[in-house]
Amino acid sequence: MLLLQQAINGVMLGAVYVTMAVAFTLTIGVLNFLNFTIPALFMVAGMVGWSLVTNGLPFGLVGHLHWAPALLIGIGCAVVLSVVIEQLSYRFLKARHGDATEHAIPLVSSLGFLLIIENLVRVRFGTDMRAFASPFQGISWNLGGILISIPQLASLVLSLLTVFGLSALLRGSKVGRAIRAIAENPEAAAVVGVDVRKIVPVVFAATGLLCGLAAAIYALNYGEVAPSMGDDIGTKAIAGMVLGGLGSIWGAIAGGLLVGLTEAFSIQLFGSDAIQASVWGLLLLVMILRPQGLFGHSAIGKGKF
Amino acid sequence: MSGYLNGLLALLCIDVMFAYGVFLPVMTGQINLGGAGFQALGGYVAAWLATTYDCPPWMTLPLGALAGAVAGLAIALPLARVRGVYLVLATIAFGQLVTGLILASPSLGGAQGIAVPSFVGLPVILPLTLLVIVACFYLCATRLGLAMRAVHDDEAVADLMGVSARAMQVVSYTLGGAIVGLSGALYAHQFGFVQAQGFDETLSVYVLLYVLLGGVQTAWGPMAGTCCFVLIPELLRNVLPGLAGMVAAIFGLPIGEVKIDDSWRLVILGAFTVAMMIWRPQGIVTRTLIEHLARPLGVFAKRRAA
Repeated sequence: MLLLQQAINGVMLGAVYVTMAVAFTLTIGVLNFLNFTIPALFMVAGMVGWSLVTNGLPFGLVGHLHWAPALLIGIGCAVVLSVVIEQLSYRFLKARHGDATEHAIPLVSSLGFLLIIENLVRVRFGTDMRAFASPFQGISWNLGGILISIPQLASLVLSLLTVFGLSALLRGSKVGRAIRAIAENPEAAAVVGVDVRKIVPVVFAATGLLCGLAAAIYALNYGEVAPSMGDDIGTKAIAGMVLGGLGSIWGAIAGGLLVGLTEAFSIQLFGSDAIQASVWGLLLLVMILRPQGLFGHSAIGKGKF
Repeated sequence: MSGYLNGLLALLCIDVMFAYGVFLPVMTGQINLGGAGFQALGGYVAAWLATTYDCPPWMTLPLGALAGAVAGLAIALPLARVRGVYLVLATIAFGQLVTGLILASPSLGGAQGIAVPSFVGLPVILPLTLLVIVACFYLCATRLGLAMRAVHDDEAVADLMGVSARAMQVVSYTLGGAIVGLSGALYAHQFGFVQAQGFDETLSVYVLLYVLLGGVQTAWGPMAGTCCFVLIPELLRNVLPGLAGMVAAIFGLPIGEVKIDDSWRLVILGAFTVAMMIWRPQGIVTRTLIEHLARPLGVFAKRRAA
């Protein structure tokens, strides 16, 4: 019974990781680009939401906002910021240096943006953890001795629905086909008439949306935000992505949930100090035994990055 | 020499050594984003040996370096068949695993850290750092260094010419791991204290940025990058607040007390990174820059003619 309860907690915990891992896997699968601004986007959405609830809009336009519009604006900020970063870094660098770049230019540039955004937020709001007054805390559903937190369940469903919707769009819509064509081969996609310059921002907007959603789920379920919240969650989402296999959306879902489960069970078995060791130990083990991850195919992430 | 200057120079030396350890994998076109894990390993091996077995520093320092080398070999060897971004991700995982294991083991002090009894000062650190720098310069001039460089420039062609790309990568991670491990051991003895939280992912990111922004074409880069980003903020810490106050006074801005804290330093580092990636992705020091600077001295004149 206790194990089942832990399994449920783990899956709930995985909701945030799944959403972020899909964001990572999308940019790496389509653009072969490990985007380190994702933790910053996650944090910005959460901090903007918190600031609007606590301080209201800037310039004293409106007083304290309700949590729902505040978080929606937070998600919007993450989307806009992601697209702006694409214009400033990824597109600009590709146009300037071409594809055969000195290695890792976009990756290093995204590390630079991570530093800028995180520390600007620290300058503005300080480094403290902030309480996000969640309206739903403590509502849970008792199912024969097993507690299921309703908001966590709702978050899990919401994040899975978003990811499924995204995957359906990738499969069915015209934009989705164009994105998959770029993932396959950017030059060939351009030759057959895909406007790469218009499609790539869509990928970044989707990344921002997923990060914002993850931040909203995190803020509502755990009742806190902090300028450093992206670091821990972001690295664990990377772990989830690699576990599932780079570039695979189903892999990211499975990997994110697996990270959540590992975390919950290692708390149960070894105490909370052992979380980091078990998650990353598992990841290294999987990387050595099955480097392409659970669902990945080995073509992605090879060559110069 | 004042205590402040002494401590600053020791920290600079340790950071420069760390940067050279991160530089070696970069030389073969790989990226080590788990440098802090290697440093934590070296530091904790030294600290543990010094506290439990009363080992003197002349034993703990080589063993710390050895631990780093073994870790580098252990991570690069099984992962030699994966490439590109996977190896980067593996180094992130390794760094997290090391600090995670330390946090989870009560015998290593967990989150409290370990106090290290024996002290190693600048008279040891400075020569060792110079030794590492000279060794890296020498490496760049050897056949091995050229082979590593060739793998960086084009793996397929290097393989075709009989240079094993995998072997070069494994060698670079092993040597780099040893250097970073040594820097960790020196850190433990210099500051008398190690704590897992001090070796987090952000440290790996900073040092990697020092190396990449310094330039990876020559062995000058890591030194240039680290000196720039460790020394300049240290100077600005004293100069910048006064300057900002002056500007505020001129424009009559109501800034009472301008506080330049660490966050601004990192914002500037980030902005500089983004700008460098746009205008000079090859880093501050490049091969052509060295040639330009050396030309008046006539160093390259003969080689050109030959």
